[in-house]
Amino acid sequence: MFGSGGGTSSYEDFHRTAFIFLVGSNAAEAHPIMFHHMMKGVHNGAELVVVDPRTTLTTKKAHEHLRIAVGSDIALVNAMAHVIIRDGLYHQEFVEHATENFDAFKEHVRDWTPERAAAITGISAARIEAVARRYALAPSAMIAWTLGITEHHNAVDNVRALINLALLCGNVGRPGAGLNPLRGQNNVQGGGDMGALPGRLPGFQDLTDAEVRERFEQAWGVAINPEPGYDQTQMFEAIADGRLKGLLVIGENPVQSDANARHVRSLLQKLDALVVQDIFLTATAEMADVVLPASVSFAESEGTYTNSERRVQRVRPARKAPGEARDDLWILQSLARTMGYDWPIQNAEAIFDEMRHLTILYRGMTYARLEQLHGMQWPVPDETHPGSPILHERLWQEETGPKAPFAVVDWDPPVEQATPEFPFLLTTGRRLPFYNTGVQSNVYDHPHNVGEWMEMHPSDAQRLGIEDGEVVAVQSARGRVEVPIHYSDAVRAGTVFMTLHFPDQVMTNDLTIDATDPKSGTAEFKAAAVRIDRIAMAGRSGRKEV
Amino acid sequence: MKNKVTLTIDGETVTVPAGTTLRAACDLVGHPVPTLCWHENLTAANACRACVVELKGSRTLVASCSREAEEGMDVRTNSERVLNSRKVVAELLLSTSKSELAPDLLSLAQTAAADPDRFSGGATWEQPVLDDNNLYVRDLSRCILCYRCVEACGDDAQNTFAISVAGRGFEAHIDAGFGRALPESDCVYCGNCVAVCPTGALIGKTEWTLRQEGQWVDDNITVTETVCSYCGVGCQLNLHVLDNRIVKVTSPMDHPVTHGMLCVKGRYGYEFVQIEDK
Repeated sequence: MFGSGGGTSSYEDFHRTAFIFLVGSNAAEAHPIMFHHMMKGVHNGAELVVVDPRTTLTTKKAHEHLRIAVGSDIALVNAMAHVIIRDGLYHQEFVEHATENFDAFKEHVRDWTPERAAAITGISAARIEAVARRYALAPSAMIAWTLGITEHHNAVDNVRALINLALLCGNVGRPGAGLNPLRGQNNVQGGGDMGALPGRLPGFQDLTDAEVRERFEQAWGVAINPEPGYDQTQMFEAIADGRLKGLLVIGENPVQSDANARHVRSLLQKLDALVVQDIFLTATAEMADVVLPASVSFAESEGTYTNSERRVQRVRPARKAPGEARDDLWILQSLARTMGYDWPIQNAEAIFDEMRHLTILYRGMTYARLEQLHGMQWPVPDETHPGSPILHERLWQEETGPKAPFAVVDWDPPVEQATPEFPFLLTTGRRLPFYNTGVQSNVYDHPHNVGEWMEMHPSDAQRLGIEDGEVVAVQSARGRVEVPIHYSDAVRAGTVFMTLHFPDQVMTNDLTIDATDPKSGTAEFKAAAVRIDRIAMAGRSGRKEV
Repeated sequence: MKNKVTLTIDGETVTVPAGTTLRAACDLVGHPVPTLCWHENLTAANACRACVVELKGSRTLVASCSREAEEGMDVRTNSERVLNSRKVVAELLLSTSKSELAPDLLSLAQTAAADPDRFSGGATWEQPVLDDNNLYVRDLSRCILCYRCVEACGDDAQNTFAISVAGRGFEAHIDAGFGRALPESDCVYCGNCVAVCPTGALIGKTEWTLRQEGQWVDDNITVTETVCSYCGVGCQLNLHVLDNRIVKVTSPMDHPVTHGMLCVKGRYGYEFVQIEDK
């Protein structure tokens, strides 16, 4: 929507904002150091409002916690926009000067009354009105979000609804005001920056643009296919209908990390060739025809990561990789050479230099500058440029450049709803000490490492006669797992919560749904309908017999 | 209110922005004062008295870490009274805590010409080593009650508020609430308390164990700057490596992302790198 995918602010902007609107994020557990920055802002006087279906360490620090129904974010945000426009609290000057499509947006949210949103979100109309007013009246506001926004089948709409809210009040492109996706993985930002997206070349340059291609073709000496490749969802479709027969998986464990994991496993079994490049023999690697052992990127190899404030930082080897494990870069270059391409074996810095000369966002970054300045925030168009702590300041200037469009987005409930057969909505997330499928985090000796459990509201559990700690069977339309129940007021009645951290014990992703957003390719990890049954007493006593 | 104030430090006139502490002003004129409890990223706790200076017209010595500069102040950093006070502070601390892992205290003792045995033989309170988890150890015999850990755990960084000072007098100690072991407390094991501890009272379990075994040799440890591999915040990690093994992780106090603070995964979640069967 703004052309390049990245947070518009710096972490420091949280220190100097008046209002933090944190949506679908448990930052205190999933992004703890980001949360330090937010709390600095709170101690400096900012109001913190957190939107999350669960009570978490984050919501406990909030001035207000809106415990909405899973997947009802757009209803909430559209109703806030309704109130702000109805009461004339929006930044008229900014809207006129720097945005477009306001009239259609205004017309659209006219129907999104707080009462209508209250019925969907479970948050009273009065609270929605009050939060909307405080947001609009704050002299500056930061909006930040995580996977609670993006792990839905309508992820892009969710994000656009938040962008609307920021545009409405001029909360972008100035100190203490911006839109900030908190990236879930160390270098997901950098991967996108480098063109690890089907339709993009490095620096988010459009692959379908002939001029762009020509520049890369000249530098690389090869013709580039003008057709965008597949994203992951499309790859799976192509495997299913036999168009894709070989897959190289680098540093991913889709057999455990992807939604509807059993389906993923059956797809990978259809491949003629599966090659996995990883630091461990993961569940995915165990299925591979060839495994290429890699060194650990952050501790055993050279390179850069880009973080959630667009800061590119150096990564360096601190130790020697064991056995035959090799640097990712060396593996890729050697693969190319084996396949008959005359690639020289180059080091990370040489490749970075080649990339930055083709990529205006990175052009002024050298390894020396990155080292000297604790990293640099893109865009850095030349070697004297200091980096860009804030994006889109142009929207406040006389010449705005392309105006920022409002998007008309409608609420669409999660693909799966509770039904008589599957009466609970399962949502997923992270717990502080652990991470994703546990490949990294299940190794160190954390005192709270007791494996997976399911958070369930005591009223639900008692109605089903389930005791605290009892192991139950959880069934969705896609799979079944067994997991201990933990009584918890943190979830609303009707909602249950699990993580993906212990797949060898509880394969949560056998339950999740692979309904994906057609634009982002992200699956709806946050909402799957499930049934929860006590395990037959016979089976239990059978196991207890000695 | 004026934006600048002018004062005299050891006879030199200096003008500083309003709100500058005397400690910072002393730094500016090149007459730094020693500190123990003060830390660049934490609220001054005013606990250790190592940084006291003499202020003309003030009945007592003042703590330069927290006292703000005022117009016309006449400050002395090296008067006999100041030097004597520093010496006694060092001697008292040396009499109650083990100091070999406390470089700032050792250097204060040396510059103040403190006599480590001056108060030996006085009553002391045996402080235990609390080894109740595999991430970090609390050796209270090294604690000087500087409050840095309490502030890092509280609103200066972590906002967890798991620890505080409990008890009075000899019985004062850092406590995780009702004397609980850490695994039963609110501690989330970020280790930010360990990062700011100036005396080794809080120390990583791996470092503590290696020191017990006599294997921790500073000269054999390399420190490499890199970035954490977990979430997308991008915290700089300094990996301390001994014999090809990561033994400690820190982050620079002046880093714009971390300010020296990390989470439990960044600080302790590195063992996956070096398990043999990977």
